[in-house]
Amino acid sequence: MNSLKLWVAIGMLVLASSAGDVMLSAAMKRIGDLDDIRIRKGLLAVIGHVVREKLFLLGLACLIFSFFCLLTALSWGDASLVAPASASLTYICSAILAKFFLHENVDRRRWLSAALVCVGVLLLVK
Amino acid sequence: MADIRVKFKKIFIYLAIACCNGAGDVLLKRGMDNLGEIHLNHWTHIFNAFVDPWIVLGILFLAGFFYAYLTALSWADLTYVLPATAFGYVVTAFLSRFFLHEAVSPWRWAGVLLITCGVGLVARGPSLTDRRQKDPSIAAAKEQHELA
Repeated sequence: MNSLKLWVAIGMLVLASSAGDVMLSAAMKRIGDLDDIRIRKGLLAVIGHVVREKLFLLGLACLIFSFFCLLTALSWGDASLVAPASASLTYICSAILAKFFLHENVDRRRWLSAALVCVGVLLLVK
Repeated sequence: MADIRVKFKKIFIYLAIACCNGAGDVLLKRGMDNLGEIHLNHWTHIFNAFVDPWIVLGILFLAGFFYAYLTALSWADLTYVLPATAFGYVVTAFLSRFFLHEAVSPWRWAGVLLITCGVGLVARGPSLTDRRQKDPSIAAAKEQHELA
């Protein structure tokens, strides 16, 4: 029962965090290179650009929700299990979302890496 | 010269993302241990987390991670940047073992090793999808070349 509760929290965390990551990535591509903006206009201008982007705020809301799921899951399980398991499942889920929503070129190299991370996670929970 | 700068920038941002992410998670766990288990019928108890110094420090580390992460996303693909966060597991595993004194089994170390291989594989590839490549045969040839 406790382990089911833990995995439900991890599942919610993964979905919210992947959706958030995809939205953040789309938002950052719209804004442009943050390093360039910081060098030309300073750190405050970077923050200004970022917080005015609606997609960023939506992605941030998803990540804040996933953060509360993370705090809850951490109070139920070991950090060396919860943190890697949730973050790497997020990685697989985000790779799929990035291919279909962001049209990123997820080539063989990136799929192979996703598979390695996935097997790594299976070993982490042993 | 510009190439070296770009390479240095990539390595620096990868390390910043990995270290801040791993350290942040471990500090949060240390803080949540002080707080005790959270029960669903007393879920407001979770707000006590924000006065615990370990959790505040953990949040500061995660804020640093977030800035590095956003910067990386502004010039690289999501599927390129995400493995950098995966590298944080290695940091988490080491800190969990030596700072939180949790037992990390050989299986988990093997998992950490595989994840590290996955991260290394992506990190060596191109960081941004080339939007100009419309012809699939050219794209396939280019991929072959990059893998070789």
